[in-house]
Amino acid sequence: MLVNWPMLIQQVVNGLTVGCLYALIAIGYTMVYGILRLINFAHGDIFMMAMYFAFFGITVFLIPWWAVMPLVVVVTTALGVLIEQAAYKPLREAPRISLLISAIGVSYLLENLATVLFTGIPRSFPSVPHFTEMVIVGQVRIQWLGFWVPLIVLALVVGLMFIVHRTKTGMGMRAVSKDMETAKLMGVHINRIIATTFGIGSALAAVGAMLWGMKYPQMQPYVGVMPGLKCFIAAVIGGIGNITGAIIGGILLGLLEILIVYFFPGLSGYKDAFAFIALILILLLKPTGLMGEVVTDKV
Amino acid sequence: MAEKKFTGVAARMTPRRGRDLTLSCAAIAAILLFTHFAMQGFILDAYLVRILNMCATYAILGLSMNLVNGFTGLFSLGQAGFMAVGAYVTTILFLSPEAKGALFYLKPMEPFLQAIQLPFWLSLLVAGLVSALAAFLIGFPCLRLRGDYLAIATLGFSEIIRVLFTNMQTVTNGAVGLKGIPPVVNLWWSFGIMALVIVFIRRLMRTSYGRAFKAIRDDEVAAESMGISLFKHKMMSFVLSGFIAGLGGGLIASIVGSINPLQFRFILSYDILMIVVLGGMGSVSGTVVAAFLITAAKEWLRWLDNGFSLGLFRVPAIAGMRMVVFSVLLMLVILFYRQGLSGGKEFSWQALIDFLGKPARRDLKREEGGKKT
Amino acid sequence: MSILRCENLVMRFGGVTAVDDFSPHVDPGEIVAVIGPNGAGKTTAFNMITGVYKPASGRVFLEQDGQVTMRDITGMRPDRVAALGIARTFQNIRLFKSQTVLENVLIACHVRVRSGLFGAEISWPRYYLEERAMRERAMALLERVGLQDAAGEMATSLPYGKQRRLEIARALATQPKLLLLDEPAAGMNPKETEDLTRFVYDLRGQMNLAVLMIEHHMQIVMDISDRIYVLDYGRTIAQGTAAAVQANPAVIEAYLGVEEA
Repeated sequence: MLVNWPMLIQQVVNGLTVGCLYALIAIGYTMVYGILRLINFAHGDIFMMAMYFAFFGITVFLIPWWAVMPLVVVVTTALGVLIEQAAYKPLREAPRISLLISAIGVSYLLENLATVLFTGIPRSFPSVPHFTEMVIVGQVRIQWLGFWVPLIVLALVVGLMFIVHRTKTGMGMRAVSKDMETAKLMGVHINRIIATTFGIGSALAAVGAMLWGMKYPQMQPYVGVMPGLKCFIAAVIGGIGNITGAIIGGILLGLLEILIVYFFPGLSGYKDAFAFIALILILLLKPTGLMGEVVTDKV
Repeated sequence: MAEKKFTGVAARMTPRRGRDLTLSCAAIAAILLFTHFAMQGFILDAYLVRILNMCATYAILGLSMNLVNGFTGLFSLGQAGFMAVGAYVTTILFLSPEAKGALFYLKPMEPFLQAIQLPFWLSLLVAGLVSALAAFLIGFPCLRLRGDYLAIATLGFSEIIRVLFTNMQTVTNGAVGLKGIPPVVNLWWSFGIMALVIVFIRRLMRTSYGRAFKAIRDDEVAAESMGISLFKHKMMSFVLSGFIAGLGGGLIASIVGSINPLQFRFILSYDILMIVVLGGMGSVSGTVVAAFLITAAKEWLRWLDNGFSLGLFRVPAIAGMRMVVFSVLLMLVILFYRQGLSGGKEFSWQALIDFLGKPARRDLKREEGGKKT
Repeated sequence: MSILRCENLVMRFGGVTAVDDFSPHVDPGEIVAVIGPNGAGKTTAFNMITGVYKPASGRVFLEQDGQVTMRDITGMRPDRVAALGIARTFQNIRLFKSQTVLENVLIACHVRVRSGLFGAEISWPRYYLEERAMRERAMALLERVGLQDAAGEMATSLPYGKQRRLEIARALATQPKLLLLDEPAAGMNPKETEDLTRFVYDLRGQMNLAVLMIEHHMQIVMDISDRIYVLDYGRTIAQGTAAAVQANPAVIEAYLGVEEA
């Protein structure tokens, strides 16, 4: 087979971009799961809200895009913490299934709320100068995003790793995810740690949402669901609860999706199904994911 | 309600049992009479009949989810997928060849499928079976997964089914969907199937298999150590649930009259989960009551979407407002009434009578405290 | 020939070896005790025998009816092991919380039900008879453990000692050849403990049953067990009759001398 190198390079960069964005959102899932053992179904909808915040900031309030970005991160972080306080904190002692139902309830609420606030009419994410422009190197045409996304994600991950491994808050997070009861007895402020975790996850989702919007501008109230589910899957592939795993899982999943469609164009209609098949495969073959630890239930 | 007769238990026909049987028969007779007159168009107009049909269908769907989520303790979110299978199979088998020919204008339908035409009851039955088969195929890999992973996997598969239907142009007519499904579902159909499902599940829960399901819900490790094969019993529950959800999907197709893949998004599964949670996990009567309340209230609250006046100023029409009201309501139930409306209990005449306040009857109840039905 | 024979069972959690080279066997009609300090790996051994854990190495063999050879049940699923005739109770009581006392026992009878789900649903004659027999057997078992009057109560509403007895009745309902009891006397008062001792002793006589039990109550262990295995940090430090074990210096040092002082 004759390989069309420029095309393949474009697709790999494309897959890497999507993968890095998946990674960014997957971190939010994996951190929350690590601490609360909860699939935060609302994470994808927080992502969606961030997209709308940015949209309204730019098109309605006419704030320049470079000022909107930090603003959106702040507002989304606040939203994430608010959700944790209102919907998850009261259920600390409840069975895990109640927490999961609550997460689905929040997701349902956010989607319905977005339909009311922003209407169900599909909108287009405003185009941001520079990022969406093309760079042409020889025959390869790549959006500036293709360079910026990996750089931004790398910077954020380095920052996150610093927080998790070098600060007191990070130590608390690691302690709580190992054993919440013991951590509590050791004087860790559980509620503060959990709120911080949600805040960080939401902030990363906000950055991811804006970059995502530049790449895939069409948006409606359910826009966060598919990326949300896929990013959870990415976190599972990498090993749930493990931040490095989430990053690897996200990038793998992004590359996988783009490259399968590139090599087998006939499957493009089924693109959204790949992630779920990958999930089933990984759970059957290596349930702990690529980087996860074995957990044995005590009997 | 049909009671299982065990020697000894049936022989002791207590006054309370006799009374309950009489009351049940009276209630059923009243419902039958009402339905009969309603069918003649005396009491209800077409709009109300349609709402009642929807209520009963959602009760069926809620029960199908409760069987898995409430009684067996699994967390499945795949109901929308099974409904889609049910709705499509029913429609494809039931529509006349001419109607199908007219619908498939982008690409002709598979000739074999186009030629088929079955009576409604048979279409519905086949739909249930195909849906059960889908549940079997999905359950095979998924039911080995732990609690919350199962939720994600079933949700994913229901979306895969939807993607599949969108792409199978020559079978499902793709994104355009199918229209003009004859409105054969009347109150007899919807309430009849609902009654069958209620009786089926209530009886099932009193058999050894039903007890095994509940044992799995209570404690998987203990159940397995007592010789209950987790996979086999989870599969039974899942396949039965798929069958019932398929019936529900088929009924919806005929009530609504047209179907397309977008109707069967995962959010539909959330709608049904809302019914189950509101009614109380593991309660048949709770699910039925919640299905009627929510479905009826959704219609009644349409004024929220159409705008209304508040004294001096007018609230403009906001599409989707009632769904926000429902989601807030759901969150309140989740946070403050975790057991749902029924508190996880079943309806009994005694409870109703106690509720209406007849102190004399309470003594009777106390006497029979130990003998649970 | 033995009912149960284990060969060199090993279990590791992470870097810790919880059970190291444990090879117990139980002969027909025997009562065998496993003792040892907390964390010695006793419950882990039970979990390997019943299939809850898959041993890192080693094998478990169970007698098969009417055959000379034993069946290798290593790593079999717990429900298969139960169906083949090993029943157990749990150290930290695991009753079915939403079920009544009677239903708890009936659930354990389910493993012997031959009718299918639809036969049960329509109460087909075969199922009808099975259900009736099941209820009679369950009531008889409840009577044996003295819980017949509590049949309709919720299992979790029983006091602790009765919950333990219910667990034993539930395990017996699976019709086992070998009964594994995990600290059956924990939390019982002296009177209850004495009743339990007699009960277990009678069981093997009346039900043709072998018993393997973990117990901290030395009185029970010394009174009724035919043989004893002593575990410490996963290793078998002694085995033999009650008298032999009591006299073993390693045991006295590791366990008896410290705990019972």
